[in-house]
Amino acid sequence: MIMESKRKKESPSSAGSTQFPDEVLERVLAFLTSHKDRSSVSLVCKDWYNAERWSRTHVFIGNCYSVSPEILARRFPNIRSVTLKGKPRFSDFNLVPQNWGADIHAWLVPFADKYPFLEELRLKRMTVSDESLEYLAANFQNFKVLSLLSCDGFSTDGLAAIATHSKNLTELDIQENGVEDRSGSWLSCFPESFTSLEVLNFASMSAEVNFDALERLVCRCKSLKVLKVNKSISLEQLQKLLTRAPQLVELGTGSFSQELTTRQYAELESAFNNCKNIHTLSGLWEATALYLPVLYPACANLTFLNLSYTALQGGDLAKLLVHCPRLQRLWVLDTVEDKGLEAVGSYCPLLEELRVFPADPFDEEIIHGVTEEGFVAVSFGCRRLHYVLYFCRQMTNAAVATIVQNCPDFTHFRLCIMNPGQPDYLTNEPMDEAFGAVVKTCTKLQRLSVSGLLTDLTFEYIGKYAKNLETLSVAFAGSSGRGMECVLGGCPKLRKLEIRDCPFGNEALLSGLEKYESMRSLWMSACNVTMNGCRQLARKMPRLNVEVMKEDGSDDSQADKVYVYRTVAGPRRDAPPSVLTL
Amino acid sequence: MEKQGLELEITELRLGLPGGGDNKINEKKRVFSDISADEANATNDDRKIHTKSQVVGWPPVCSYRKKNSFNEKDRLETSKMYVKVSMDGAPFLRKIDLGMHKGYSDLAMALEKLFGCFGISEALKDADSSEFSPIYEDRDGDWMLAGDVPWEMFIESCKRLRIMK
Repeated sequence: MIMESKRKKESPSSAGSTQFPDEVLERVLAFLTSHKDRSSVSLVCKDWYNAERWSRTHVFIGNCYSVSPEILARRFPNIRSVTLKGKPRFSDFNLVPQNWGADIHAWLVPFADKYPFLEELRLKRMTVSDESLEYLAANFQNFKVLSLLSCDGFSTDGLAAIATHSKNLTELDIQENGVEDRSGSWLSCFPESFTSLEVLNFASMSAEVNFDALERLVCRCKSLKVLKVNKSISLEQLQKLLTRAPQLVELGTGSFSQELTTRQYAELESAFNNCKNIHTLSGLWEATALYLPVLYPACANLTFLNLSYTALQGGDLAKLLVHCPRLQRLWVLDTVEDKGLEAVGSYCPLLEELRVFPADPFDEEIIHGVTEEGFVAVSFGCRRLHYVLYFCRQMTNAAVATIVQNCPDFTHFRLCIMNPGQPDYLTNEPMDEAFGAVVKTCTKLQRLSVSGLLTDLTFEYIGKYAKNLETLSVAFAGSSGRGMECVLGGCPKLRKLEIRDCPFGNEALLSGLEKYESMRSLWMSACNVTMNGCRQLARKMPRLNVEVMKEDGSDDSQADKVYVYRTVAGPRRDAPPSVLTL
Repeated sequence: MEKQGLELEITELRLGLPGGGDNKINEKKRVFSDISADEANATNDDRKIHTKSQVVGWPPVCSYRKKNSFNEKDRLETSKMYVKVSMDGAPFLRKIDLGMHKGYSDLAMALEKLFGCFGISEALKDADSSEFSPIYEDRDGDWMLAGDVPWEMFIESCKRLRIMK
């Protein structure tokens, strides 16, 4: 359709006008949802730029400091849905000072003015205060969707305000945040007249909620599709909820270890049996082999199983997976060990994504978990595998080579060998060849996290072969700054580069001068970059923000943590004293 | 461009032997295998003294997953973090278990209860806004203003607390 309209434009008519009425063009463009497509459209010509900006209703901002709400509102007058990401990803690992910023309030106030009909707000790694949540509830009458992932700064009081005032709410999704859980009474704030909820996720909150209020809420919200409760909900209570909402498509259970009578067990099994639409299952805290069988009837159509909060043994996982032939995504703890992963390879041929989290990441003395063998076993059985996050304590180059030979379609390869700088444990060589195999074989690779003992050779490989790479995470790796230069020079689609504890200095930093403008951001911490190097970068590239976070007791000349990102909004005005903008 | 970089480097004041290049900065860098157990870089979850100590933020497991570690040992170990707290004007010192609190505001509320006063949470959010200054002594013996570093980092390095007026 777009090709047609383009051709019409090129027909011999007066230079300035288009034969294609704007309204029609806007209607056509409304079908475009992908940001990349819309970006391309807006670059065609001025008419298309305008049609696109008037018809855009959803905007995705990967770095909240790359643009200001004023600039956004000027370009896009009809936004109904905003997705915003704030802090650098390494804030998940406590590498970012607490008051760093990314406060949503600075956006909410202009939004109340320019987008009073805003319906959806999806935030990741932003600071959200109770005041902001109250402001949101009070100023946006059409508000429908609130999704907070890895955010901090709010308490259950803020959620109470949302529950009380957002009459049109369809989605409340609170995930993995630093929420101050004062009490569970927020849930009781949904008025009895409120029936529009479709998604409710409070799994990551700890305070007990009023079960009666929850049950009534579930009962009257007939369109509820997603329900993820927290640990305070028992099996008995879960059974009641399932009976009220057999239409659920995604379920997050509460605690899975109550002592049940035979009758209660049967009732629970029956409840699961009636839930024929469940395709996503999570929660399952403290689940033991004893009660997992109640899930079996609901597993036939399961495509995503999240067991990452369940310390399951391999044998029990195997028994469960026999019932999940359609599984596409699986998250587990490494308590399942290689034996469990062998079962994955055997029973889940359609698997596309596997994440194995460490149960004991900080205990060096206990040697268990998964090894290279488990990963290899999965690769033989699951040829469609394209997304892996794998925490392990040992790996070999040969194993990785086999894995990517079996599964050449990797788009996301995140391998974390937990002991920094650890070589191939069989040959004692660096892990260069492993990642070399990954980038040579997996031409569709978009995201890569490397680990283990790595020399510059790894980065030479990445620069030479990883032509679709967009995100690269590096820690404790490389022999010299040349590694970083290879990557910056060789990966045309690179958008995010995060580096910690590598011997990359100013030369490496400055080798990417123009590159950084085509990237979303660069993070470098505990490397060899100095303040002077950063100042040079800032001076030469005025459209980048170069921010340095100093640590106590470090040299004045050292740039301990550096965060560089492109922006049209100029330097930040809300940086705390610990963040220096150069 | 390279040359320019080098020229500036020569004028930088640094500790270290003369004649070194970029690598000299490494001496102060926290390299995993060089850190002794006493440095203030241990994560909060592991209290044992290892020959190789932990580094902040490694392995890269989300704070949320760490906090909710099903591992009893992790949870138990983080609960024995008693530090002395003194408040200017109060006749007796108190003790508070840092591991029992989830964040700065939680701690502030507990302190306010302990000493029967208000204003500590304001002080943590904005140092100038309250009559109190909550400070803590870190592993190096320095007195620091509370509230700057992430919570996990704070409870690991805090040895005692003082609420100054």
